[in-house]
Order: sequence, then C-alpha cells, then structure tokens
Amino acid sequence: MAVKKESWADQGGINYEAIAQSASFCELIQAKKRFIIPATIFFFVFYFALPVLTSYSKALNAPAIGPVSWAWLFAFAQFIMTWALCILYSKRAAQFDAIVEQVKREAQEGGNA
Amino acid sequence: MHGLAFFLFLIIVALTLIITYYASKRTKTTSEFYTADSSLTGWQNGLAIAGDYMSAASFLGIAGMIALTGFDGFFYSIGFLVAYLVVLYIVAEPLRNLGKYTMADMIAARFDNKKVRGVAALNTIAISIFYMIAQLVGAGGLIKLLLGLDYVYSVLIVGILMTVYVVFGGMTATSWVQIVKAVLLMVGTFIISIIVFAKFDFSIAKMFHEVKTATPLGEAFLNPGNKFKDPLDTISLNLALVLGTAGLPHILIRFFTVKDAPTARKSVVYATWIIGIFYVLTIFLGFGAAAFVGYDKIVAANPAGNMAAPLLAEALGGDFLFAFISAVAFATILAVVAGLVLSAASAFAHDFYSHILRRGQATEKEQMLAARWASVGVSVLSILLALFAQKMNVAFLVSLAFAVAASANLPTIVFTIFWRRFNTTGAITGMLVGLISALVLVFFSPNVWSPQPGAAIFVGEPLFKLANPGIISIPLGFIGAIVGTLVSSKKADEKKYTEIVVKANTGIGRV
Repeated sequence: MAVKKESWADQGGINYEAIAQSASFCELIQAKKRFIIPATIFFFVFYFALPVLTSYSKALNAPAIGPVSWAWLFAFAQFIMTWALCILYSKRAAQFDAIVEQVKREAQEGGNA
Repeated sequence: MHGLAFFLFLIIVALTLIITYYASKRTKTTSEFYTADSSLTGWQNGLAIAGDYMSAASFLGIAGMIALTGFDGFFYSIGFLVAYLVVLYIVAEPLRNLGKYTMADMIAARFDNKKVRGVAALNTIAISIFYMIAQLVGAGGLIKLLLGLDYVYSVLIVGILMTVYVVFGGMTATSWVQIVKAVLLMVGTFIISIIVFAKFDFSIAKMFHEVKTATPLGEAFLNPGNKFKDPLDTISLNLALVLGTAGLPHILIRFFTVKDAPTARKSVVYATWIIGIFYVLTIFLGFGAAAFVGYDKIVAANPAGNMAAPLLAEALGGDFLFAFISAVAFATILAVVAGLVLSAASAFAHDFYSHILRRGQATEKEQMLAARWASVGVSVLSILLALFAQKMNVAFLVSLAFAVAASANLPTIVFTIFWRRFNTTGAITGMLVGLISALVLVFFSPNVWSPQPGAAIFVGEPLFKLANPGIISIPLGFIGAIVGTLVSSKKADEKKYTEIVVKANTGIGRV
C-alpha cells in the first residue's frame, strides 16, 4: 500500500504498456472478471425477478410462512443477497489486492515478466 | 410550536456549527475543501455515505409510503440498497483510482477534453440541483409542521445553515455532519422499531396479521400492486433505482475522501450494512404507522405520508420521542443538502472555473475562493428555486434525479473504464442524450401533465405514459454513447486506454 508517489516520479514515467502486458496484471484482470461478471448478472436477474413476478403474476401473493407471503420472503432475500455478495466480494478483493501489490512491485523493479 | 422539538433542533444546530468551526480551521487548501484531504477512514466514510444517502425521501418518504400502500413502498428500500452492489462492483474503486475531486476528473483522466469535462460537470450540477430542491421543499414542509414556522423561513434557515457548513467547513464539516446524522438516524429508527416490534409481542406473524385489520386496504396491504399498477412503470422505476445511485454525484465524490481504492471499497461495504439495516427497519416504521397512527391521521398531516414517522414516534413515545425524531429528520435534511451543495459547487469551481475557464492556471488561493463563491452561488440558486417549487411533488424531483443519474452519468462511467473503442464524441453524446431524454420524457409524463386540475403542474393528457423515464432514457444513454463512438471519425487512443485500465485497477500513477 505504501507506494510513495516520488518513487514513480524517480523512474521518469511509467510504462503502462509493459504493466498491462505483464502476467500478474493479466491475472488480476482475469480474476476480477471471473468474479464480477457472473456476480453482476446474477444480482440483476435476482433483483428484476421480483418486480417482474409481482407485475405479471400473482404467484408471490400466496402465503409462505403463516401470514407472510412469498413476495415478502423474496424481498427479504434481496437484502440477504446484497449482504452476501458484499461479503463475498470483500473476500475476493483481498486476493485482488495481493495481486495489485505484486503488479506494483514488478513495475517498480522494472521487470514485467 | 413544540417547545421540546425546538430545543432539540437548537442542540443539533449548535453541534453542527461546532463541527464546522473546528473543520474550518483545517480547511485551507482545495484538497481539504473538496475531499477532507482524503483522510477519512473506511468506517468514517461508510457512515458518511450512509448519512448522505438516507435522505428525507428515505426516512420520511418510504415510511409513509409503506404505511399508506404496504408492500409497494418497500420496493424503494430494496432498490436503494441493491444499487450499492453496482457501486461496489463497478464504480467505487476505479473512481477512486482515476479521480481527484469530481466525477468529471475521472472521465477527463481518459479524455483530456474541455467539452467532455464541461458536459460531465453540467450533469453533476443538474442532478445535484434537482435533488436539492426536493430536499429543501421537504425541509420547508417539515419544519413548518413541526415548529409552525412559515415555509419561506424554514427554507431560509436550512439554506443558510447548509451554506455555512460548506463554505467554512468544506468536506470535513460536511462529512462529520453526515456521520453525526447517520448515527442519530440509526438510533432513532432502532428505538421506534423495537417499540413497534414489542407491541406485536416480537412476533412477525402477529405483526402481519394485525396490520391488515388496521389499514383501509385490508388484505391487499400486504400484496404488491397498490401503488404500482403498470408493469412497465414498475420496472422502469426499479431500473432507475438500481442504476441511479452509481451516477449520483454527491455519492460519487465521497470516494475521494479516502486514501485509496481498498479503503473506498471498505467504506461501500460498511455503508451497505448500515443502509441495509436501516431499510429493513423501514418495515417497522411503515407497519407501525399504519397500525398505531392510522391511515386517516397520516394523510391528514401530509397527503404523501411524509409525516408518518414523526407521528408514529409521537404515538409510541409521546412528546420526547416526537421531538427527537423530528430533530433527527431535520439533521437528515441538513446533512444531505450540505453534501449536494458541495458536489454542485465542486463541479462549478473545479471543473468549470479551474479547468475550463482558467485552463488549470488558477493559483491555489484563487481556486479556494472560487470554490467558496460557487458554494454560495449554488446555495442561493437552490434556495430561490425551492421557494418557487413549494407546491411541487418531492418524490417526482428525486426520481428525476435518479433517472438522470442513471441515464446520463452511468453509461459514460462504465464505458470509460470498460470499452477500448470509446471516444470523446461517444462520451459527449452519451451524457447529453441521457440527460436530455430523461428531462424531455419527464416533461411529457404524468408527473407534469394530468387531465385532473391540481394533480400535476399542467392540465392535459400526458404524451408519455410512464411516471419514470428510466426504461427508455437509460438504454438511450447507452445507445447514444455507442452510436456517438461508432459514427465519429476520431480513433480511440489505445495507449491512453491501456493507461486507464492499469490506473483504474491498480492505482499506479495516481495523482
């Protein structure tokens, strides 16, 4: 984390091209894509399922637990989903951060392999 | 006039002015003014985001909507929360890595072009001002009800206070006002919820059973479809809710108040927990108001249901709880408007004045002066507009802000980070198409036109049937950005894009 701004200036410009092609940077982008794309598709589908179901059918009005209908359970499930995806992302992001540190180290050493 | 409520209002005003006094001593540079010198911790910024976000529309509006229409009011709670996944996954970290003070910085990091920066700043100002008028109109109505003060004085009091926080205390004062407000709001909501739940013997089943008999809707109260009858309109609203947050300028500038992307991420996670718990509790506020205040009394105090939460506090805990919740609602509005003034003022001073007008040549002192004058200007303008907008529907202005944010800002933010071919023409057309289409559709919508005199601004048949433009204007914003890019003869700067991808993902070379 403690990468000083000066240390970049010392090098006289950053070779972004080289960093972008380095193995660790590609690994970072791949790791992020593998998590973010499916997770985003999932939460959009899950989120819009609720208004679509309540708008076009009455199926969710059936009681689920006592007087609580499926619509309410689905609504609560949106909260659980949001928190769960938050926790999951935090865990994954710790790995992303570790790769970022590696990318930075390599870039500072000038070695991009 | 409620003496106790008035006393608690004064305590909150005093507390926030003390915060502003200490913050003003630390606000000497533009970096301190715009971003509190990026010195907030993840936890502090998480609370401040929550404080910025849980506006009067959330606290007063949603509680009232659930109390009056049951399940449909809860749609807002869900959408406002799930939106944070978009912020967390897509926007927060790249924004922190690419930007410095404003949202336009981020887009300008890729397209160093005056027009791009200007249009981005224009969007920020438009959204902030719509949102601010809504908050000020709400504040005027609320203080009028609570203290018996005239609408004009109420708006002036809130307007002057917000100007003082921002002009003297900058982002440091604004952040701490938001943190204090977030804590007060959570405590107040929690106390009411516990009392409501206790009255139902801590039984969800009993609560659901009893609330049905308490409302005129009866059985239907618990089912969706009381407020949102048109399926397309429901989906349109949900689209704007879930995508709008990631384009709201006053939320976006909060990511510049922390030191790096991991801290920005942590602050979104904290905010998501706090906001989520709050929105779960809106059920207790809404159900409690429906059962213990009653439909007729809520509507009599305010037809939109905005007084449901304070009335519930009065019904449950008497004068003290009523005074406390009213003071919390007041603090809520103060914190949110201060955040909005700051986001609009930074767009004026940093983007228009420093970058476009002075081409980055202004001295630190000149920039500070510009930032302070911009804050005064934004405040005066929104106070004037709020005085004219007294009769306007607050929910309509807030939904307009969300729709513009989702249609105008989000497509360009997403393409700036993720699309190699994206170019300046695409960025400009995307932002303008999103902004204009949202505004035009709202102008022809039932919010503005109604055959019934008095129900909307003009009498007549609306040309556009949906109350929310999102389902048309959000895709139009994306299409505008794509078409603009493809028809333009300009080639995308591939090297610049590579640089942006590296910066956005690692923070390397951030200034």
